[in-house]
Formats: sequence, structure tokens, C-alpha cells
Amino acid sequence: MPAVEVKNLFKSYNDQIAVKNLSFRVDPGEILGLIGPNGAGKSSTIKIILDFMKPDSGEIVIFGGPMSEEKKNRIGYLPEARGLYKELKVLDCILYLASLKGMDKTTAKERAVQLLERTGMIESEKKKIKHLSKGMSQMIQFIVTIIHNPELLIMDEPFSGLDPVNTELMKNMVGKYRDEGKAIILSTHQMNQVEELCDRVLMIDHGEEVLYGNLREIKSRFKKHSVQVSLVGDMGDLNGVTEIRTTKDGFELLLAEDGSPQSVLDQLRSQGLEIQRFEITTPSLHSIFLNMVASDHG
Amino acid sequence: MDKKGFLIFLHEFTYKIKSKGFIILTFIVPVIALIGIGIFNLAKMAFEEPEGVVTTIGYVDEVGNFDDHNDMGITKFIPFASRETADLALTSGKIAEYFVIPEDFIATGSLQRYTLEKEASTPPFITDMIWRFLSVNLLDENNPPETIALILAPLNIEVTWVTEEGEVALEAANPANIIIPGIFALLLSLSLMLSVTSLINGLGEEKESRLIEVLLSSVSIPQLLVGKVLALGLAGLLQVVLWLISAPLLLNLASSSLGDLLRGIEIPANFILLGVVYFVLGYLFFAVLSIGVGAISSNATEGNALAMIYMMTAFIPLWFLGFLIPFPNSPIWVLLTLFPTTAPIQTMIRLGISEVPLWQIIASITILVLSIVIGLYLVIKIFRTYMLMYGKRPGLSEIYRQIKAS
Repeated sequence: MPAVEVKNLFKSYNDQIAVKNLSFRVDPGEILGLIGPNGAGKSSTIKIILDFMKPDSGEIVIFGGPMSEEKKNRIGYLPEARGLYKELKVLDCILYLASLKGMDKTTAKERAVQLLERTGMIESEKKKIKHLSKGMSQMIQFIVTIIHNPELLIMDEPFSGLDPVNTELMKNMVGKYRDEGKAIILSTHQMNQVEELCDRVLMIDHGEEVLYGNLREIKSRFKKHSVQVSLVGDMGDLNGVTEIRTTKDGFELLLAEDGSPQSVLDQLRSQGLEIQRFEITTPSLHSIFLNMVASDHG
Repeated sequence: MDKKGFLIFLHEFTYKIKSKGFIILTFIVPVIALIGIGIFNLAKMAFEEPEGVVTTIGYVDEVGNFDDHNDMGITKFIPFASRETADLALTSGKIAEYFVIPEDFIATGSLQRYTLEKEASTPPFITDMIWRFLSVNLLDENNPPETIALILAPLNIEVTWVTEEGEVALEAANPANIIIPGIFALLLSLSLMLSVTSLINGLGEEKESRLIEVLLSSVSIPQLLVGKVLALGLAGLLQVVLWLISAPLLLNLASSSLGDLLRGIEIPANFILLGVVYFVLGYLFFAVLSIGVGAISSNATEGNALAMIYMMTAFIPLWFLGFLIPFPNSPIWVLLTLFPTTAPIQTMIRLGISEVPLWQIIASITILVLSIVIGLYLVIKIFRTYMLMYGKRPGLSEIYRQIKAS
């Protein structure tokens, strides 16, 4: 049974379409990357899943049925903007928000101490939230999100503002959750994190699905459309190449739909250039994202 | 209230009573009361006759009729033949001051007073003593001493107000009873101001920091709102109870005369009961309004500005107290008794100064309860949409559309 199943979702605000006929699912033990440019409809989709707002039409199935108050205890949500009670002490804040997820005080305290130790924040347990740095607050927010061991984790830009050490720590913890069979929705702009963590990707733009599927399949689908080249001399015009990007080792050539790596290689040879490296590359998700979204945005 | 609602209630209540604003206001009101009582005592001393000190006042009698009763206990009146001799006595310190009774005094009632003190006006004690001296001299030829004493004594009127059935109306038997409704109105106003601001600031903070999203991912909107409203109501009630507990202590520290005044007040049980009912209902109603305003406002500053609109209406009975006291049953005041934002303060003040018909009290409480229930229902409808909408505040027509749509 999928943790979340979204079917033909529509949502508009004052005649402006936010989500258009969106369908996807998230299974236990997988991370779905929800990506798209600003205003694409990611936040609206998340808010509808969490029952913060009602869709115009479509269906949301959570753990096999509609959202209920009981099911909220099985969901962890990390919003994009971090919000905690600034005047409360770290441990008190965690315990209060854990209690709203149905945890008893003893279990919540044990688990909070465990997570604070694991994230290296145990020394801050008696500090007020307002005295924490942005990164530390974010880690506390993450602890609040996972303290009740949710079966479904929805995270909006979880890594923004974190230093590399904490980013790595959070990534490891998220990965471990996936391995434990939790379903995770990860909404982010950081494509490298999606590539590292996600099993499947849903790319949306203007509220509509642009790409949806297994990350490896998507990347392999775009594989033939990019080559890495290092050479001596100036490249002339190349047929079948839509864009030439300079990289630290040379150039990345993005190929047109009808272009092929063999044709590009032949053209470079015919120009008499000294080719030091020619590699058919797997395009980065970043490139795919730019390619898909840029073409749509003109 | 279910478990999560109770957890919200408990958290909001403890968060509120630990906040600096709540603690400061709770303690500052008794302190202000203490200062007020101190000022009252100082003012009273200024109006009282100084004990054990004999004041010597000179006078020049140009009428020739004021030559008796010069020794009036703590004040002695010394005659002078002319202003020049009186001036000399004044500047040499033999007399504290003097006055001239001109020839036309009987016709005009005016006299001139000369003093070395710089005063905005003649102290009431001096005016009183001169008036007594002049009156007793004018009256003593034709009247027995008892009549003179009666004329000079202040008039004492005992009022007994009766109901239409001819029975003594206990709650109106003492004009000083206005003090308790007055204190009630002031305390309720202060508490309302603090609570409305606190509620809107809290919602503003939760909205701006998106904490509201974390909360709504755990609890339902009714659980959240009912918990918040009840916690705020209890915190307000606790504050007023603390103020009332501190009152006897303050009165013991204060003057005995003010204590006597308050001891003379009779407070019927129904007044206390209605006071609690109106306090709680008033609190709940303003809390519901404030949640609505907090939800549609983009931040706390905007919310507080909007809240001023309905907060101001609550204070109308206090602004027009002077007009209310002489005509407590005017149709305007009856209307304000029924209107939910003015009902708590208006009704309690009217109860202090006159009898309020039972139907008006029942109607007023019914309207308040209905307003709270309907208000909460509407607020729950719009809360979901606007609490999660950041940026522009919706207009009234848009809110109406939203309520209709949901």
C-alpha cells in the first residue's frame, strides 16, 4: 500500500492555476524528490496532502484512505520556513510538539535526548530557541519532525542553511529512514541532494507534471543528449548541438533531439581539432531541470 | 475538550502566564492602585484642617459688623483698623494672612484676601473658616446657637432607592456601589487589551514563522482554536482573581477613610455571579474576534491595528460614564447593553448605578453566547485559508466569498 497516492489533483487561487492534473505516489521505503522552479506548485501540493487546504478536485489517499486526525500522528512535516517557539527551551519545545503527535512524555524525552545526542546538540537542550543559530534551529526542527518516528516524512527544503557537516548528518539520517521503510517526500531546489538521495523524481512546472519516474531511468533517458569534450583549438559551428557550456575541464555539449554523439565527434574530427577527451555523459539532474524548465519558460 | 486540545490549552496557558507582559501587568495594577491610594491620602490631607496648629488670620472690617466670635478653635481672627496696619502685621509674621470686608460686602458677598503664599486658589480649609466666621457673625443676633450650628453643618441626605414593587433595592442602596462596577470595568478593559494584543501577537508570530504549519500538521483547527481561546480566558480570569486578592491588603495599607468607604458597599451575590459571567463571556468573545483578525492579518502589527477598531467599542461605556450615571436607562445605554462588544462593561456599570431589567440581562447574555458560537464557527471556516496565506490581507468581500464557499 502506498503511503501517499495523489490522483488527478487540481487547485487554483482566484482563477490562477496552482496544481493541474497532478498524479503520483510515494511508497514505503522510497524517497520521492519533488522538484520545480519557484511557484511551480510544490508547496500547494504539499499543503493539500497535509490537508491544510482542500483541492478543487482530485483525490488524496494517505495510508489507504482520506486524511484523519489519527493519521497526522504518523506524518512528520518539516516546513520550508523554520518555526519554533522562540521563548521556549530546546527540550521543552521538542517535548511539547512531540506531545501533539501523541507521544507520552517519558518516551518523548528518551527519544529527544537520543536525537539531541546524535545530532551533537545535547548541550543546547536547556538553551532558549531564540539563542540558537539558524543551523541549530534547523536541526531542532528536524528532530521535531522525526521524533515520533513517522511513517511518512514530508520535508520542504530540508538542507537550506545547513553547514556541510550537518547537511551530511541529516542526509545520513534521512537515508536511514528510507532504509527502515519510511516513505519520504523531499521538496528542494538542490539537485545534487535529489540525485544523492531520491529514488524517484517528480518535476513540476506551472502546476503540471514535467517529468516523473525513477531517477536512473530519467537520467538514462537524457544520457545521449550530452557529451563532455576537452580539445585544443576553437570549435566551429556544430550541427545537432543546442548549447555549449564551459566546464572546468573543457565543454559540455547539449545535443538536440535529432543530434547524436557520433555525429558531433565526426564534426570535431573534420574541423582538425586535437581531441583530448570525448565522453558521453550522464547529464546531471541540474542540467535536465534547466533543460526542461528553461525550454518551457522560453 | 480532547487530549490534544487540552495539551494546546495547557501550553498556551503556561506560555501566557510566564510571559513578561502578563507578569508585569499583573503586578503593576496593584502597584498603581497603591500609588493611587497614596495620592488620594495626600489630597485628603490637603483638604483637612491641620491638627494642633492654630492659624491666625487678620481682617479689616469696613462694614463694622464683624466683631464677635474671633476665636474659632484652630483659627483665630484678629481685627485691624486699616489695611496698612494689617500689612505690617502680615509682613512681620504676626498673622498668616488677612482679608478685607468691604463696605458693600452685604450686597456683593465679595471680599479681598491678602497672603504671602503663592497659590493658584484659596485652600478649601481657609475658605471654610472665613465663611464660618462671617456666617456666625451675621446670624448670631437673631438665631439660637443650635440653629446656627445646623446652618453651618454640611447637609446629610440619606437616600433609599426602592423598586417598582416598593421594596428597598439593595444593589442600589449605596451610591458608592459604582466603585465596584467601575473597578470591574477597568480590570476587564486592561485584561482585554493585554489578551487581545497577546493573542494577535502569538498568532502573528506563528504565522510569520510558519509554526502554524507544524501545529496544523499535528492538530485540527478546532482543537487549536478552542485550546487557545480557553487558555487565554483562564489566564485573564487568574489575573483578575490575583488583583482582587491583593485588594484587601492594599486597603489595609491605605487610608482608613477609603477603607470605610469600601466597607460600606453592599455587593449582592447576583452582582458577583453576573460579573464572572460577563467577564468570561467578554473574554471569549474578544478572543474569537482576535483569532479572526490574527488569521487574516499578514503580521502582528497589522493585526493589532485592526483589533483597535473593536477594542475601542468596548470602552464606549467608560468614555461616556458621565452621561451614563444620570440616565442609566436611556435607550442608547440599553442598546449598548445588548451589543456584544459593549455588553460586559455596559451591563456591569448599569448594575452598579440602577436596576437593569431581567429581560435585558438575559437578552444580552444570549446575544453574547450566540456571537461567540457563530463567531467561532466563522473563524474556523476562514482560519484554514487565511492563516496559511502569506502576504496581502483579504478584503471583506473576499472573506465573505470564502465563508460562503466553505
